[in-house]
Amino acid sequence: MADITATQDGSGANRFLHWIIHHPIWAFVVIVFIFFSVMNEHFFALGNFKNILIQASTLGLIALGMTLVMINGNIDLSVGAVVALAASLTVDIMGWPMFEGWGNWQILPGVLAGLAAGVLLGALNGFIVWKTGVDAFIVTLGAMLGVRGLVFVYTEEQSFFAMNFAYSDFGASSLVGLPTLALIFLVFTALVHILLSRTVHGSNTYAVGDNREAAVNAGIRVGPHMMINFMIVGFFAALAGITLSTQMGASTPNLGTNFELWVITAVVLGGTKLTGGAGSIIGTFGGVLAIQILRNGMNLMQVPAFWVLVILGSILIGVLFLDKQLNRKGAEELRL
Amino acid sequence: MTEPNPTLRLKGIVKTFPGVRALDGVDFDVRPGEVHALMGENGAGKSTLMKILAGVYHPDEGQIFIDDRPVVIRSPIEAKEHGITLIHQELSLAEEMSVAENIFLGELPRKKWGFVDWKTLDERVGTILQKLNADWGPRTRIGSLSIAKQQMCEIARALTHSAKIVVFDEPTASLTDAEKVVLFDVIEDLKAEGVGIVYISHRMEEIFKITDRISVLRDGSYRGTLNTRETDEDEITQMMIGRSLELHRRNIEHAEEGEEVLSVEGLSCGRLFQDVSFTVKAGEIVGFYGLVGAGRTEMAETLFGLRRPTAGKIRLAGEEVHIGSPSEAIEKGISLVPENRKEQGLVLGMNCRDNITLPQIDDLTAGPFVANGAEVAIYDMYRDRLQIKAPTWRTLVGSLSGGNQQKIVIGKWLSMKPRLLIVDEPTRGIDVGSKSEIHKLLRELAHQGYAIIVVSSEMPEVLHVSDRIIAMHNGRITRTFSADAVTEEDLIQAISGLTSDKAA
Repeated sequence: MADITATQDGSGANRFLHWIIHHPIWAFVVIVFIFFSVMNEHFFALGNFKNILIQASTLGLIALGMTLVMINGNIDLSVGAVVALAASLTVDIMGWPMFEGWGNWQILPGVLAGLAAGVLLGALNGFIVWKTGVDAFIVTLGAMLGVRGLVFVYTEEQSFFAMNFAYSDFGASSLVGLPTLALIFLVFTALVHILLSRTVHGSNTYAVGDNREAAVNAGIRVGPHMMINFMIVGFFAALAGITLSTQMGASTPNLGTNFELWVITAVVLGGTKLTGGAGSIIGTFGGVLAIQILRNGMNLMQVPAFWVLVILGSILIGVLFLDKQLNRKGAEELRL
Repeated sequence: MTEPNPTLRLKGIVKTFPGVRALDGVDFDVRPGEVHALMGENGAGKSTLMKILAGVYHPDEGQIFIDDRPVVIRSPIEAKEHGITLIHQELSLAEEMSVAENIFLGELPRKKWGFVDWKTLDERVGTILQKLNADWGPRTRIGSLSIAKQQMCEIARALTHSAKIVVFDEPTASLTDAEKVVLFDVIEDLKAEGVGIVYISHRMEEIFKITDRISVLRDGSYRGTLNTRETDEDEITQMMIGRSLELHRRNIEHAEEGEEVLSVEGLSCGRLFQDVSFTVKAGEIVGFYGLVGAGRTEMAETLFGLRRPTAGKIRLAGEEVHIGSPSEAIEKGISLVPENRKEQGLVLGMNCRDNITLPQIDDLTAGPFVANGAEVAIYDMYRDRLQIKAPTWRTLVGSLSGGNQQKIVIGKWLSMKPRLLIVDEPTRGIDVGSKSEIHKLLRELAHQGYAIIVVSSEMPEVLHVSDRIIAMHNGRITRTFSADAVTEEDLIQAISGLTSDKAA
């Protein structure tokens, strides 16, 4: 959806204010950034910024897909389990004897299988939501439990280790001065932003979430449309699983536990409505950065890990309250 | 005279739902360049017929022909492909999106790779908006427009592509007179292009102004088609309900006026309305008439505690009061029957009894439980008093007709024993038969000593029920008329802001 300007001819400052009111998370990102820069000597350093981007890439990739699904008015709780499945499949398959003579190319079938698993599970989620009309929350809750079970069955509760070191080197590599994983995240962020704001599919994503009946009346094929978005989030969950396992050089069956909650937190912080119809990739990007900067900064300041959770939880509620206040209509508002 | 072949022909359409024969052998046809009105009371089967055209329902029997070829319409997409465009009565818009995206929803112009062609979109929407005399642009967020303007955007969808058939379902329900003129121009243009138009409306004056033929449905069966020029309102009404009505009379009876119940002085709320002063006496109906956006509804909401006034005094029976919330308003004896009964007035999934007792459920308890007997007693009382037609109190409100739903809302507030009853758009979307019943009911309530404020955008309605009429324009009261002194011309001038303050 294109940016809709409330005031057609705003001055620069006015437009900035308008932008901030629509993406309050970015004001928050700036504040915490300045806060940690002042409070901790190690925070403001190029190396640390790269670190934050790498750490942000895992949640960030999934959050891109989740934004589409949530603007649709759906949700996908199975992403954490898909992370584990894709990672396990990829690391296991590339070690299969049949690919032994392939050299570094043995990684490819593993990666393809991992991504395909994510897309297929997304398609399955979407198909069930489309054909049965059962709420996405329930369908993907089932998928979350079921897929995690499959991971344990498949791995027999074992971790897999990548024997090809090119795989784990990839996770630590750099391209044009940026960590490769951070670059992948930034490129996909740009692509999904364009998809959502410039394409017909993007416009339809908003329409379906905003008023589903209107979308049906207008002749949008809502079922297939939602299925595509579930496939996109499945793809990103699998990709995140693979990039995560390259960082560790291994996969564990417990990988990605609670990821769905972190991703949803980031997306909601970024201004996407749980009821659908509103949200943006710019906001989601800010949400992901906010969480990662807080985690990184508090970590550097040696705040105990459990307190980090308490603080993040409070901030989530605080930011959304602020958002509600900023977008009120003042004294003339209807009080309900 | 040879008639051109109809663009659309329905033959012997039958549609049954469990227990109901919603359509029973309906024939209907639309010729190119003709406006064909479809009339009938609520529940007569108009909506069902339109949903069949839109591909939402599938007929059990009968056939649909487009250009003399039999077709099957399985989905809204197929309806569109056959050249049928539906303009919905209940707005079918995505509020957070722009005007342009809404108008072209489902058929956004594309470039390569599925990108939206914003330039073409803005140009085409710009042209359409110009034709509609719109003062808003293609990129305005549609949720920020008033209901009337949103309705105009809905209508704009008829102009996006070359439709063969355009169905307007109650398009004027929330339009002002100026916008109606624009709509009728649009319809004229479409006619000239040879588009067949189905026009559904309850408003006789529109039907007789713009249509060529009128078809009438009653209880799901087809009652016949008449040429508009050869018939009159009485004949149509008789076909629709089997009896004639006296609707367009002015209110001539005068209720005995009692003590002053409400007196408002200089009431303002930001930019919404300013300096509103009036009084309402017991036994009197005061009608508020004005265009959509004149501040009438907002004024009513302020009296009910839904908005905080920025200036002014409200006196109830001479005593100055501050109303901070609806519960305080109810406590002080003010009730509001809201504009939109489905969204604001009723819980559609609850039964009749529970809806009527909703505001006082806290007081109707036996120990920790809800007192069933007392609830049923209250329902029975208002069912008899308001003649609510529902099979039992267990019937879900959502399955009642519009008129009966409105009576449930009125009953709900009467059961709170108010001194002042505010009714906002009492008969919106209600068929003629129930309309006059609601009007009669309001007059009776005034006789019983209630002070009543009626907010309405329909002139016949305010003329019909009010003892006094207050005209509003742009948030201010322009003139006050007494029922015997008002003329339609003066009233139109007053709501358009053409006259200065002058008490009548």
